[in-house]
Formats: sequence, structure tokens, C-alpha cells
Amino acid sequence: MSTYARRAWMILWKDVLTERRSKESLNALVFFSLLLLFIFQFALGPDRARVEAALPGLLWLGFILAGLLGLGRTFLIERENECWEGLVLTPGDKSAIYLGKLAGNVLVMAVVEAALLVLFAVFFGLDFTAALPQLAIVLTLGTLGLSALGTLFGAIAAQVRARELLFPVLLLPAVVPVLLGSVSATQTVLLGQPLGEAAPWLKLLAAADLIYLVVGILTFEFVLEG
Amino acid sequence: MAARALGWLAIVALVGGLGAALGYAPREAVQGNVQRIMYLHVPAVLTAYLAFGLVVVGSVGYLLTRRPGWDRMALAAAEPGVLFTGVTIVSGSIWGKPTWGTWWTWDARLTSTAVLFLVYVGYLLLRGMVEEPDRRARYAAVVGILGAANIPIVHFSVKWWRALHQPSSILGPEPSPVAAPIMVALLVNWVAFTLLFAYFFAKRIEIARLEEPHAG
Repeated sequence: MSTYARRAWMILWKDVLTERRSKESLNALVFFSLLLLFIFQFALGPDRARVEAALPGLLWLGFILAGLLGLGRTFLIERENECWEGLVLTPGDKSAIYLGKLAGNVLVMAVVEAALLVLFAVFFGLDFTAALPQLAIVLTLGTLGLSALGTLFGAIAAQVRARELLFPVLLLPAVVPVLLGSVSATQTVLLGQPLGEAAPWLKLLAAADLIYLVVGILTFEFVLEG
Repeated sequence: MAARALGWLAIVALVGGLGAALGYAPREAVQGNVQRIMYLHVPAVLTAYLAFGLVVVGSVGYLLTRRPGWDRMALAAAEPGVLFTGVTIVSGSIWGKPTWGTWWTWDARLTSTAVLFLVYVGYLLLRGMVEEPDRRARYAAVVGILGAANIPIVHFSVKWWRALHQPSSILGPEPSPVAAPIMVALLVNWVAFTLLFAYFFAKRIEIARLEEPHAG
């Protein structure tokens, strides 16, 4: 078990190190989030009440759009220098690679989400501090589901020619429950209601996370074959 | 040959079903003739679920054995499955126009059926984008399994999403007990649709076998 965890950790470490040195994805994703904010503002107009009413949906729209770009790139880096063959030749259970990649994606999404929250707070004059602990729980559950799906589909899309097209076509319908649960729970939290009000949604998100994780762990080796 | 026999059987059953739906079954008291769309709508959705069940069986079978037969089975079930889901949505929409006064409403069952439709359209698109048979079969199997595992989650999320926004359903009071002739007409049509699906399924497997480079 410890070698399994170590394998997952090494994948994560490799990706974090690569990202830290190349700064390929994160910089662009954070900049993309800033652009999204402008798009939202132009689409909704200057009325602040409208922005506040649509806020939970807007936030998750931002996360999912950023996820479409970020998660879809998960395995692209492995296509260079025949790294993919290296992954296939890795001894032991291949699902460790899936979990390592998943952890990396959760990290990336966490940074993007934090950036989007700060940008929303600054540009729309909102204050999230009171709801922050509850919001963190909702974001964690939602992000885990989004990333679990995105990592699996990202591995599939990486080997397909029309990758940019295929990834959203697979991800968007599958992610509907995560989106519904996250938006509803985020709404509850942002309205200042206790977290218990959103309990059914949190349970649904947890169940979705669990199912996606189990399917991902069980089927990843068949995707990795290339 | 077996497929051809199934086809004729399906045609006979469909004619019988049409007769039962339009002639034998009585005019429904509240909704009038519009209700007869049910004889198309309900068998279509039941057949679609049967088809997606077979997709899962074929997908799991392929991943475990790597025999192309399982993949042909998944493909042959998925295509009519999407078709019947489409029939379900369109017939529901045609029923909804005179009954609810709108072609489309974000009703719980309507929405989750639409999501199901989109998931399996994505499945078929994926199949169209991968050339190499083994890779296509593997990717499709993974997406097929995930799509099926997602069905209960989609179902509950959409149901709660509607329930939390709009407490009383548009469908109103509990449906009254169904009269026997209506039930019979429904059953006949259900059998007819299942036969039609079986014909599509058998025929599609035949075609898939011919499509393969080394047909055996």
C-alpha cells in the first residue's frame, strides 16, 4: 500500500515540479479567469443585484470553463518524449497514476478557484469571508467530482485527434449532477444559511465523488494502454 | 435470417400495437386523444433503458475478455438506445404542448432523460472519433460504464433540483388507477418496441461484423 501511495505521490510531484518550472498552465488559467470575469460583467450589465442573484451559477460556470481548459490538458504533457510509454511500463497498479494525476488536477483547480473568488470579491465588491469555511467544504466536494471525471476523460481525449471537441462533449453531460449539487449548495452557503440546509446536496456530491472515483480507479488501466 | 424473422415479427407487433393504441384502447377521460401518445412514449423509454443496460453488459464484457463481440453488442445497443431516447423526448414534447402548453419545460424527468440522451450522444461521438478498433472499444466501454453509473446520480440531482425550486410538480395529483384496456394496449406496444429493438440490435451486430477489416 505504501508503494502504491508513493507512486501516486511521485506522479503528483513530477507534475507540480514541471508546472512550477514551466508555469505553462496556471498562469494562463488565472489570466483566463480574469477574462471570464470581464465576460460575465459585460453579459450581465452593471446591475449589482443581478450579479449577486446569479453568483453561485457564475462561480461554477467559471470553474467549469477553467476546468475544460485545464483538465483537458492533464495528459498532454505525457505525449511528449514518449512519456506515455513510461507510464504504461510503470510496474504495479495503474490506478496510482490516475490518483496522482487527479491530485494534481485538484490542486490546479483549487488555485484557479481561489483566484476566481478573489477576483469576484474585488471586482464585484463581494465579501466571502463569513461563508468561507462552509464554502471550502462545498468547493472541495464539487472540485473532487469535476476533477475525477476530468482526469479520466482527459486521458481518453489525449489520444484522440479531435481532442478539444471530444473533451467537453464527454465532460459536460456527465458533470451535470456535480454542477447542480455544487451550485445549489453554494447558494445556500452564500445566503448565510447553516451548512445543514445543504446536507442533501453535500451527500449527493459525496456519493457522486465516490462513484466517479471508483469507476476511474477500476477503468483507468484500460485507458492508459493508449 | 434470424434478424429478418425478428423484423417481420416486429412489424406485425407494431401494427397490432397501433391498432390497440388507436382502436382498442378507450379515449382517456381527462386528456382525450392526446393521452394516446403514451403508447409510443412509455415503450420507447423502457426500450431505451433496456438498450443502455445492454451497453453496460457489452462494455464490462469487453474490458474483461477483450473479445470484439462484446464491443459490437455495446455499439448495437447504444445506437437504437439513443434513437429511442430521442423518440421519448420528442413524443413527450408533442404531448407536453397541448397538455402543459409548452414544448419544453425543465421538468425533472424531462431534464434527466435529456441528460441521458446527451451522455450517450457523447458516447457515439467518441466512437466516431477513434479509428483503431481495440482502442475505440476500450474508450467507449469506459465511457459507457461511467454513463450508466452516473444515471442514478443524475436522476436524484435533477429531481431535487426541481423539487427545491418548485414544490408542487406540474403533473399534479396522483395518477388514477389505469383501466385494463389501456394497460393491454401499453403492453402490446411494449412488446412491439422490444421486438423492434431486437431487430435493430441483431441487424446492427451483423453490420458491425461486416464493417470489420477481417470479417470472420
